Amino acid sequence: MNRQSISIALTGSGGSGVMTTGSLLLEAAAKVGWYGFMSRSAGPQIRGGEAAAVLRLSSGPTESPDDSFDLVLAIDPGSMSRFVAEIPLREDSLVVSDAAAGRRGGELPEIPAQVLDLPIRNLAKAIKGGRPNMIALGAIAKMIGLPESTIQPVLQKMLEAKGPEVIETSWACVQAGFIAGENLPSFEFAPLGSESGTERWSVTGNEAAGLGAIRGGIRFVAAYPITPATELLEWLAISLPRVGGVLVQAEDELASINQIIGASFGGTPALTATSGPGLALMTESIGLAVCAEIPVVILDVMRCGPSTGIATKSEQSDLNIALNGLHGDAPHLVLAPTSVSDCAFTTQWAVHLAEMMQTAVIVLSDQSLGQTRAIVKRPADISFIAKRRIPEQYDETYYRYAVGDSGVSPMSIPGQAGGQYTADGLEHNQAGAPSSLPEDHYTQLEKRNRKIEGFDYGHHWADLEGAGETAVITWGSATGPVREALSRLRGQGKDIRLISLRLLAPERPREMADALKGVTRLLVVEQSHSRQFHRYLRAAYDLNTEVRVFNRPGPLPFRPDEIIEQLADWAGEGAS
Amino acid sequence: MNSETIPVQLQPKEYKSAIKPVWCPGCGDFGVLGSLTKALAGLQIQPQNVAIISGIGCSSRMPTYLSTYGFHGVHGRALSVATGLKTARPDLTVIATGGDGDGFSIGGNHFLHTCRRNPDMTYIVMDNQVYGMTKGQASPTTEPNWERGKLTPSGTGINPFQPLVIALASGANFIARCSSSDSNGTARVLMEAIRHPGFSMVQILSPCVTFRPEQRDWKHMLVPSPKEPTSDPAEAARRLLKDHGLYTGVLYVGERPVYQPKLESSIGGVEAFEEEFRL
Repeated sequence: MNRQSISIALTGSGGSGVMTTGSLLLEAAAKVGWYGFMSRSAGPQIRGGEAAAVLRLSSGPTESPDDSFDLVLAIDPGSMSRFVAEIPLREDSLVVSDAAAGRRGGELPEIPAQVLDLPIRNLAKAIKGGRPNMIALGAIAKMIGLPESTIQPVLQKMLEAKGPEVIETSWACVQAGFIAGENLPSFEFAPLGSESGTERWSVTGNEAAGLGAIRGGIRFVAAYPITPATELLEWLAISLPRVGGVLVQAEDELASINQIIGASFGGTPALTATSGPGLALMTESIGLAVCAEIPVVILDVMRCGPSTGIATKSEQSDLNIALNGLHGDAPHLVLAPTSVSDCAFTTQWAVHLAEMMQTAVIVLSDQSLGQTRAIVKRPADISFIAKRRIPEQYDETYYRYAVGDSGVSPMSIPGQAGGQYTADGLEHNQAGAPSSLPEDHYTQLEKRNRKIEGFDYGHHWADLEGAGETAVITWGSATGPVREALSRLRGQGKDIRLISLRLLAPERPREMADALKGVTRLLVVEQSHSRQFHRYLRAAYDLNTEVRVFNRPGPLPFRPDEIIEQLADWAGEGAS
Repeated sequence: MNSETIPVQLQPKEYKSAIKPVWCPGCGDFGVLGSLTKALAGLQIQPQNVAIISGIGCSSRMPTYLSTYGFHGVHGRALSVATGLKTARPDLTVIATGGDGDGFSIGGNHFLHTCRRNPDMTYIVMDNQVYGMTKGQASPTTEPNWERGKLTPSGTGINPFQPLVIALASGANFIARCSSSDSNGTARVLMEAIRHPGFSMVQILSPCVTFRPEQRDWKHMLVPSPKEPTSDPAEAARRLLKDHGLYTGVLYVGERPVYQPKLESSIGGVEAFEEEFRL
C-alpha cells in the first residue's frame, strides 16, 4: 500500500543535533512539494538533555499527528527512553539505532517494533569532523525516497553561516548516510507533490501569530520572556521595526500589560504575548483595559500548568482563567486558533475585534501550535485591519464614554484638541468622571457588555464541517486530530460533524443552536484534566443532546485513531 | 491688519478640569495641583499634548482634576502605562503622578526599571509617608517608630525607603525635592523637570493632614538646598545619603542617553514579511 504520509521521530541526547536534522528533512520535503510538520519535544534543560524532533510528511496539508510512528531514528539508543509515551509504535514500525553507541549511552527501551542497527557513530568517525546527525539525515532521506539533490541546497542554506568546511563535511556525511540507507528497508511513500499554483509556506504557529498581529496593525509590543511564547516575541522584536513599530522588553508581565495599555491609549494598536503564569499576573490590568475601554490583545501560548507546570509542553488548561480570570463583571473576548496557519488569521482577527470594540482580547494558542513548523498553504491576508472609531469632531457634547446603541463610543486620542478625558479603571459616567452612582455603574456595565454581545462575528465564530447526527466539538490544537479522524470516517461513508470554536467568549447561543441542529450525540474533545471546555460548554450553551467527554491533560496529543475509537464505542453501544 | 491669529496665552486655571477633588481640606496635594498647572502654563504646552498618568491612591486622583489627557489605572503601574505611551507617542509630554505607596511599594519594580530605562518623562511623587486612601497604614517611607499605623501598631521597626538615593542609583536623569506648600518654587522645579531630557524624578513632600497632622510642620522644616545641583552622581549620592532629607530644589542633573526607539519604517509593506516563509 502506498502510504500518503509518513511519521518520523528523531531522538538524541544533548547536542546530538536532532532538531537540525529534523528541520533539514522538513525543508527538503517541502522542496519536492510535500506537506508536513515538525514538532519539538524537549526537557527543561537549557543546553543538552534528551530531545526529539517529531515529523509527519504527507502528500497533502496535514496538522494532525498520525496514530503511530513509522520510523524512529535514535541517534543514541538511550535517548528514546524519555519519549516512549510520546512515540507510539506498531509491530511493523522501524527503529533504527546504533547498537555500538548504546554501550555507553544506555540502551533502547522495551518497544514493540523492528529494531535495525546502523553504525551511525562509526560512519561519522570515518569522516574528519563528521557528525552522526548528518549520517542520520542521509539514511532517512534514502529510506523515504528524498533524492540527494534536494538535500544539498537545503544544507547549503541552513549551514551557510558556518562556512564551506562545515558544509563540505556535512555533505560527505549525508552521502555516507545515503549509501548506508541503501541496505535499510525503504518506505513505499509516494506523495502527490504540490498542486501547481498553490503557494506554500514553511511557518511556525508563533511566526504565523506574529505575522497576523502585524497584518492586523499591531505596532507596539511589550514583552517579558516566557516559554513557549518567547520565539513569537523574538520574531516581533526583529519584524516590528521594519514597519515602524517597536518591541519593548519589560521588567515583568505587570509592566508588559500596562505598557501596551499605555501605547494603545495613545492610539497605537498594541499586543503582548505570554504563557499561563504571565497571563495570571496580567489579569488585574486586563480588567483595567476592559473598564477604561482600551483595545489590547494578549496572546497566551499555553503550556502544562498549574504553576510552572511543564514549561516546554502543551496543554489546553488556561481556558478557565482566560474566560473567568478577571475580577468584577468584565466582558472581554477569548479566541483560539484552530491550526498552525490559523494562528495568522485568528491573531489578525483578534486585533481587528479589539480595535473595533475597544476591549481586551485574549488569544489562546499553545505550545504544540506555537513551536510546530508546518508546510501550509499561504494563509490569506484578510481585510481585517485595526480600525478604531475616533470622533469626527469635538464639541461641547463630546463624551468619551457616550452610551450609544452599539455600545462603542468614539475614542479620542491624545494630541486631538477637544477630546481630552481621563481613561479610568474607576467606574465613571459618560464623560469619564469617576462615579459611584448605581445608575452610572449599571449603564456602563450594560454598554461594555452590549458592544461585544451585539457585534456581528460572521461565520468566523467556529469552523464547521460535515453533517450527521453525531458531532465532535473541540477547540484549539485538538482540532487537527479531530479533523483527520472525521476525514477518515467520511472516507468510509460516515458523516460526523466538526464544531471547532474560534470564538470562546462572548458566547454565541444562536449560532451554536444552529450548528447543533439535528445532533443527538456530541463528543467533547479537549486537552484538560478537569474538563474545562466541557464545563464551559455546559455553562454557556443549551446542548440539548447526549454528551460524552474525551479529555486528557497535556502533553500527550490526541491521535486520530483514539477519536475514531471513542466514536465507534459509542456507536457500538447504540447498536446493541 | 493681517489674518494671523495672535497666540492665546493659556492661564494655569485653564489646565484645571471642572471636577472637584476628593482630597481632605488642607491636603498638600491641592498645592501640587496648583504648582503643576502653573508649570504647564509656564511652558505653554497645549493641554491636548499632555498626558498625566497615575495609579491608585489619594494623589493618583490627579489626572481627573486636569484638563489634559489623563489615565488613572491600577495600583502601582503608572510608570508602565507612561512608558508604553511615551515610547509609542514621543511627541506627547508625559507626566506620571502618584504617592509613596503606589510608587515605592506595589510599584517598586517599575520605579527601578523606569529610572534605569530613562524615558523622557517626569515622575511626581507626592510623599506623605502614609497610605491615606485606605485610612492610615505605614508606607515604605514611614519612619520605623511611627506607632499610629493601623497594621503596625508598634511601629514598622524597619528603615524607610530612600526614594531619591534609589532613583539616583537606578539611573534617573534629574532628581529634585519640593514642598507642596511652596507653590511657585515647586512650579519652577516642575518646569525644569519637564524640560530636562530623560527620566525626571520629583519628590514632593505633601502633608496628609488627616493621618499625619504633624506633617503640617514640614513647611517650617523644609529649606532650599544650600548647594547648586550637581551632575556628578557620586557627589549627589554623598549629599543625598548625608543630608537630613529636608533640602528642597533640584539636587541632581544628569546627562544619560534617553530611551526612545526609532519608529521609522524600514520596508514598504507588510507583504515583505511573506518572503521569509514562502517556499
